[in-house]
Amino acid sequence: MNAAGIVFAVVFYAAAAVFILGLGYRIRLYAGTPAPLKIPTTPAPTTNSGVALRLVRETVFFESLFKASLWTWLFGWAFHAALFLVVLRHTRYFIEPLPGVLAFIQPFGIYAGFVMALGLAGLWARRFLVDRVRYISTPSDHLMLALLIAIGLSGLGMKYLVATDVVMVKAFFTGLYTFSIQPLPSDPLLFVHLGLVAALMIIFPYSKLLHGPGLYFSPTRNQADDPRERRHIAAWAARMESER
Amino acid sequence: MADVTAPPLREFPIPPKVEPDAMAASKPYVAPEKIQEAIGFPGQLVENWHEKAIGRMGELLRDYRSLRVYLDSCVHCGACSDKCHYYLGTGDPKNMPVARQDLMRGVYRRHFTVAGKLFPKLVGAKELTKEVLDDWYKYYNQCSECRRCSVFCPYGIDTAEVTMAAKEILDSVGYGQKYSNEIIGKVHKIGNNLGLPGPALEDTLLGLEEDTKEETGCDVRFPLDQKGAEVLLVTPSADFFAEPHVESLIGYAKVFHAAGVSWTLSSHASEAGNFGLFIGNYDQMRKIALRIREAALELGVKRIIVGECGHAWRVAYSFWNTLAGIGAGGDDKFSVELQSQLDMRYRQPTHICEYTWDLIEKGALTFDKEKNDHRVVTFHDSCNVARASRMGDTPGGQFEIPRNIIKAVANNYVEMRPGTTREATFCCGGGGGLLTDELLDLRVKGALPRMESLREVADGGGVNFMATICAICKAQFTKILPYYGFNRSMVGGVHQLVSAAIRLGDKH
Repeated sequence: MNAAGIVFAVVFYAAAAVFILGLGYRIRLYAGTPAPLKIPTTPAPTTNSGVALRLVRETVFFESLFKASLWTWLFGWAFHAALFLVVLRHTRYFIEPLPGVLAFIQPFGIYAGFVMALGLAGLWARRFLVDRVRYISTPSDHLMLALLIAIGLSGLGMKYLVATDVVMVKAFFTGLYTFSIQPLPSDPLLFVHLGLVAALMIIFPYSKLLHGPGLYFSPTRNQADDPRERRHIAAWAARMESER
Repeated sequence: MADVTAPPLREFPIPPKVEPDAMAASKPYVAPEKIQEAIGFPGQLVENWHEKAIGRMGELLRDYRSLRVYLDSCVHCGACSDKCHYYLGTGDPKNMPVARQDLMRGVYRRHFTVAGKLFPKLVGAKELTKEVLDDWYKYYNQCSECRRCSVFCPYGIDTAEVTMAAKEILDSVGYGQKYSNEIIGKVHKIGNNLGLPGPALEDTLLGLEEDTKEETGCDVRFPLDQKGAEVLLVTPSADFFAEPHVESLIGYAKVFHAAGVSWTLSSHASEAGNFGLFIGNYDQMRKIALRIREAALELGVKRIIVGECGHAWRVAYSFWNTLAGIGAGGDDKFSVELQSQLDMRYRQPTHICEYTWDLIEKGALTFDKEKNDHRVVTFHDSCNVARASRMGDTPGGQFEIPRNIIKAVANNYVEMRPGTTREATFCCGGGGGLLTDELLDLRVKGALPRMESLREVADGGGVNFMATICAICKAQFTKILPYYGFNRSMVGGVHQLVSAAIRLGDKH
């Protein structure tokens, strides 16, 4: 046990709690809020399995964004796909023994780190270069991109510039499961990386990062187009009928 | 407004440069006290408007998942920023869907989120000042609720949902829009949006019977309040006397005549339009929809068919089952009462195009297509039909069925440029309760993208007729086509083409 280990253990317990509870609260709020009218953007699937497929296409391919803007799609999709691979690569710090699939993608996770940074850079460039996007950008939009790029670059920095003791890091995180606090290597780059990731977890439920769960609760995307076949009515609206 | 001019057509369809406040002077007339109070809203801006507005917003966030999720989810990616016809026509950045939403999102962040309360500057949170409220009034009345942005948003954020919420909040504090609210008053008082009373309607229909007899030699009827008729036709009141709308009404009547089906209009429900949708007020939308239910029950009809009207078809197709139990699947008392009367082998409600196309497929109608040979036709998809409804059994039927009808009754058809039709269609520029003279400048500019693609097919394909199935599209285009150098009579209904070509068996 060292000071860094104690500080980051506390930080990550807190960040995980905020992330899980905050996101859980938000998702319950979305799920519990009625959608009183059928408003799928048509043409829309007429069945629930069709809706599931539509949501899968939006999640995996960013279908709507592809139709909207090729550049935004290219940078946005590349960033998200790369982030997905990077997260998979990081499972090696949390799981022992590592399943075959996760072991297999390890090298791709490294390349993905570069793609992620490039995608983010592209998205950030749009905020300066496209006058419409510049107009709508708020300070938090810039900070969010800065945060993600800093996470990516600090991670790549540990891979290529100042290596850290990854065995110690793994022992630290697997130790957190059993509340046994293990020491962390005292590398500034690691501190930066972990601190920013914890910050991201804390910000997630209170920011535009809610677009992740938001997609699945978006009535224009998650409703089946069957209003003539099925009566759809919210509880607060059904009450009006007995008041007639 | 004599000084209204059309913007030049763009040589290449690239988005315009951002021009802040280009449309800051555009706003519709505020509803006077009498109009507001007639439909249950405060007569003028209430003293505690701030508190009431925030309160109403909280209620809407509780009742509408769309609003809640959409105010949270936007990442400012800009995918929608060049999709709105009003932005393309004006360059005013607040007409970008994202910026239009942000007018409300800022207030939402400030009052309903942790981040906005702690770090307002950082996340763009804004207090609802009188200036912001005025901006709401201006710019939520520059959105035609056409949903084009929702097609392209990666999370499906629909600005129409935000606009409707804003209009509801504005109404609730006494800051309503005259045009829409006056029309809603007329529906309740007289039965239709244009304020055409029963006797006048009867006269009009008799006149149409005479005209049609003269034209065809056939006794095509235009029945009103006929109990026991099989079909209740609910159509926008513009169809009764506005040009070119009335030509389509004659077309529907000829189709019923040729099919040998008894039908009727209702003086109680002589309006398919439902402006309750435009102002985002569930209660008004429901009350207006209930008139259709009442008329159907009173007349004892078996089918309800809806005429050519975009937003009316959205409300009928998507909402009537919810609001008034007109549809299938409901097992509550309210729904079952109507279902036991209607013939549930048919789709309830049915669009007139679905009805006509079914007959054509069955071979029940015959046409002299050459009667339309002087026309080269294109089809303008109306926003509410295209992106908020369906026809037929498969997704996209709302695109195919009207086109199929046109091709069955006319020989010359040309499609406009992809990306401006079907689900990517551009609004006519006058929908959503903006079809009022004081907004003419906005309406002319908002029509720019549609006029560009019409110009292409007019010059390149000889198109001289743009068919559409929406009363607002017809009225808007009739007004603004001349600003772009087109003849105003080049817009018309699909059933206007049907009317010209249909063979009526009993010619004398």
